[in-house]
Amino acid sequence: MSDGFLQGVVVPVLYLVSAIVFVVGMKGMTRVQSARRGNFLSSLAMLLAIVATLLKLGTIDYRWIVAGVALGSLIGAVTAVRVAMTAMPEMVALFNGAGGGASMLVGLSILWIDVIEPGATGTAASVMQADSAFSTALSILIGGVTLSGSVVAFLKLQEKLLPGRPVLLPGRHVANLLLFVGALGLGLWAVFGTTDLTLMGAAAVVCAVLSLLLGIGLVIPIGGADMPVVISLLNSYSGMAACATGFVLNNNLLIISGALVGASGLILTNIMCVAMNRTLVNVLFGGFGMVEDTSAKGGPASDYGAVRSYAPEDGAMVLESAERVAFVPGYGLAVAQAQHVVRELATELEKRGAKVSYGIHPVAGRMPGHMNVLLAEADVPYEQLLEMDAINSEFKETDVVLVVGANDVVNPAAERVPGSPIYGMPVLRVWEAKTVIVIKRSLAPGFAGIKNELFEFDNTMMIFGDAKKVLQGLLAEVKQAAAA
Amino acid sequence: MMGPLLISIYVFVLATFLGFEVITKVPPTLHTPLMSGSNAISGITIVGSLYTAQTGDVTVSNVLGAIAITLAMINVVGGYLVTDRMLKMFGTKKKKRP
Repeated sequence: MSDGFLQGVVVPVLYLVSAIVFVVGMKGMTRVQSARRGNFLSSLAMLLAIVATLLKLGTIDYRWIVAGVALGSLIGAVTAVRVAMTAMPEMVALFNGAGGGASMLVGLSILWIDVIEPGATGTAASVMQADSAFSTALSILIGGVTLSGSVVAFLKLQEKLLPGRPVLLPGRHVANLLLFVGALGLGLWAVFGTTDLTLMGAAAVVCAVLSLLLGIGLVIPIGGADMPVVISLLNSYSGMAACATGFVLNNNLLIISGALVGASGLILTNIMCVAMNRTLVNVLFGGFGMVEDTSAKGGPASDYGAVRSYAPEDGAMVLESAERVAFVPGYGLAVAQAQHVVRELATELEKRGAKVSYGIHPVAGRMPGHMNVLLAEADVPYEQLLEMDAINSEFKETDVVLVVGANDVVNPAAERVPGSPIYGMPVLRVWEAKTVIVIKRSLAPGFAGIKNELFEFDNTMMIFGDAKKVLQGLLAEVKQAAAA
Repeated sequence: MMGPLLISIYVFVLATFLGFEVITKVPPTLHTPLMSGSNAISGITIVGSLYTAQTGDVTVSNVLGAIAITLAMINVVGGYLVTDRMLKMFGTKKKKRP
């Protein structure tokens, strides 16, 4: 095979096939039955892209490449196999950051390999073409923001080093604006404005550092409940960063696959925003749930009047006679790792002839689809997982709704109190059911920091405690009654 | 020379539309796997890092390229594997049910 044929025909065709397989794989994701195959196809497309690139590069020194591939694959594989399903949002955030970091470093290293190391005499733009040079700066900027933003999101989700609540620094909007202008300005100056190679390199590195700071500044003021939006958006950024790299290299495969990821992230971002009845601008800059004045919005337990607290055996009595039961899980389910015991309780109720379903609010949990994954882990059939609109029309005929670790997504204030910060947000109308059992640690407000009148309703039974323990209690009682 | 750039922009715009068309149809149940799977795709940036790490020398571009390869591979391998793990749970449950 001649070199020209390889470079001119084989490699481009392989790239084209890879792009097609990426799209087909994505299409597989539209149905549960074909999703696994779709993901597999997507990974094949990736392999094809890597093989084609190695063919394109021809005979090269593989030492760095092999080292990087081996190390990266090992770290990726080990974390992927070990991570618990409840920690999936953190994991996705971290992987996402890795992708962004790669784009940032690719932008920097292209500047070095194409311009600085050969000792070019003109500006980077004159060596690489203006469009590639511009994209290099963008690649560094977007990649840097994605990397540090994802790491901050990861830390916030872990709630160990950083608190999940918003961290508000004074003057943050101005600081972020300055960081953005500084990073973009330096990045563009590095590729368009200077022929001094030392200054060019320094400016590019400072641009990267400012981008990293910007990523921190953008994500740190955002609260835990808004993480689904942030993760979706960062996902989109990582795609855009790959796109930018594609523009640098004039590589259509990168542009296509990056655009797919970018579109996917944007769609999810939009779905999350709609589900919270908020605009993206409001999520990113509005500082919701940071409660300037807690007392005005309704503080903790003292605000509650006639809350009836019950024991698990009371709940079990209601469950025993229920014909239709719905579970409404929230982030508390993930924290308590209660998905398996939920499933056991559901199975027990099904044995007694009850019809069980699950109502999933789009923003329940910390990332889109978080609850679905947890329940799938516990072998809940996905046919039983109902979206908000579907289950809302069923609550009237439902005997018992079990709210497990959810709060704001079942708050009637969203429909009834026009002044409420969550007014207009679509919620699960659990109160329409005959009985609502709310399993909760305490009467502490949810992320929105507001009171939930549902807890005072006549048809509401509060069972306080750790979700897993309470559910185990309910399960034991129901089983006992069955045996009796 | 706007030719190649313009073509790239065409490709970008059309691919974005295609992405919107396809992904809008993904059911909410699959949103997490969609996210982690598409996340893995963004590791495609490895194509760029292979280019910059192609000699055995210890140069800035090689070292940065090698780190980029490592990060991209974490994203790719980790992303696909974790997605597969999740999707496996969605798939096999019917057989497992008693």
